[in-house]
Amino acid sequence: MSPHAHHGPPSAPNAVAVTPPATAKAPEVSSWKLLATLAIGGAAAGLLVVAVYKATLPTVEKYAAAKEAGAVREVLKAPARWDTLYLQKGVLTRSPTAGDDRKGLPKAYLGFDAAGNRLGAAVTAQEPGFQEEVLLMIGFEPSNGTLIGFKVLDEKETPGLGDKIERDTSFGSQFVGRVAPLKGVRARNATDQSQVQTITGATISSRAVIRIINHAVERWQPLLVAYERGAAQ
Amino acid sequence: MTTTLAPATAPDLIPGAWPPAAPEFVPGAPPPATLWADTWRGIAKENPVLVQMLGMCPTMAVTNVLANGIAMGVATMFVLVGSGLFVSLLRKYIAHEVRITSYILIIATFVTLADLLLAASFPEISKALGPFIPLIVANCLLLGRAEAFAAKVGPVRAVADGMGMGIGFTLSLAAMSAIRELLGRGSLLGFDILGPGWEPWVFMVLPAGGFFTLGLLLITAAWIDELRRKRRLVVAK
Repeated sequence: MSPHAHHGPPSAPNAVAVTPPATAKAPEVSSWKLLATLAIGGAAAGLLVVAVYKATLPTVEKYAAAKEAGAVREVLKAPARWDTLYLQKGVLTRSPTAGDDRKGLPKAYLGFDAAGNRLGAAVTAQEPGFQEEVLLMIGFEPSNGTLIGFKVLDEKETPGLGDKIERDTSFGSQFVGRVAPLKGVRARNATDQSQVQTITGATISSRAVIRIINHAVERWQPLLVAYERGAAQ
Repeated sequence: MTTTLAPATAPDLIPGAWPPAAPEFVPGAPPPATLWADTWRGIAKENPVLVQMLGMCPTMAVTNVLANGIAMGVATMFVLVGSGLFVSLLRKYIAHEVRITSYILIIATFVTLADLLLAASFPEISKALGPFIPLIVANCLLLGRAEAFAAKVGPVRAVADGMGMGIGFTLSLAAMSAIRELLGRGSLLGFDILGPGWEPWVFMVLPAGGFFTLGLLLITAAWIDELRRKRRLVVAK
């Protein structure tokens, strides 16, 4: 921004091609004025965006919480209530110590029926599918790995093919009562408790669901068992 | 079709346009028209998708189901009207040298607002549209209308043009997505229309189906245009 910047020909390169008569030169605009225009515009735009963000945030968070609660209710077959467990320093706890941001900790939900019997645990897990990460909520019995249900929370699989993992109810319902680790097969043997039939045209997406469930049960089962043993004492 | 589009050149490249004829003269300004004509232009004569062929990326990407197509169209209309209004109101305060930057700033602000409001009011649609709402910023339709129209006329005409272009864009996207959802899923807005006997043409919800549908719509639009022109010729004789 030296004062010399204001001298010389107009800075727009295309103005050089057809030079207008010297008397009719476009009025030179000071660089400060240009800067001021953009600075004021940017500040006003920023303020507006922040204001709307602040105003919409509670609604967005309320929706996210409601969606999560709905998913827990669905994968644990309508529990009367549930405890939220936080994974802190490799141990599940109902009340994480301060210092860690509660929102950032991995969570598990332990559902109970009206009489207080434990129905099962729900956890979320995310792994790559066919195109992008698939996010699932999985409900299972921690003691033996029996599945209660699962729900696809987020996927961007191929519309009409891979997205059947979310929309095909006959695919989703066959997981109920199966015991992890699961195995994806083309034609299911009804007596084998670990077999799940993959969807035609969506083999990779189906296998991704199976893999995510297996990994999630493998990861969370010992943690939940340890937590329950600790809670029982 | 291009009569009211501004020349693509900078005003100082037009010989004879310098010096300006009158202080009010705006190079490349659209000729005076009624508000109805300003609105109607975007809906039919210069439909963004079917005639100007602008905004092809969202046209392809989000039109696999009707709800997404309509939401994308309405979000774009919101940005078109809002940015048109502000570009027009501020046109005398924005220096020529920083106009494109300023237009993008105004457009980006409205796109962010549209994104936030959509996420708060229709979370499911917001999730389905994903990155395509923020990408409205890069839709040439927005910058095109700001530079060619809104920056050269008063706010009322700019809003009318934004409405027209927005409605035209929404209608085109709705037509695209209605065809694709109906054939590709047998449903409209999620309601089963064609019944369980219909074997969905999965092809239609995949990208290739988008290209075919757009091609068919363009042929139809050109054909209607041709018919009308012929009829006008007959009337003139």
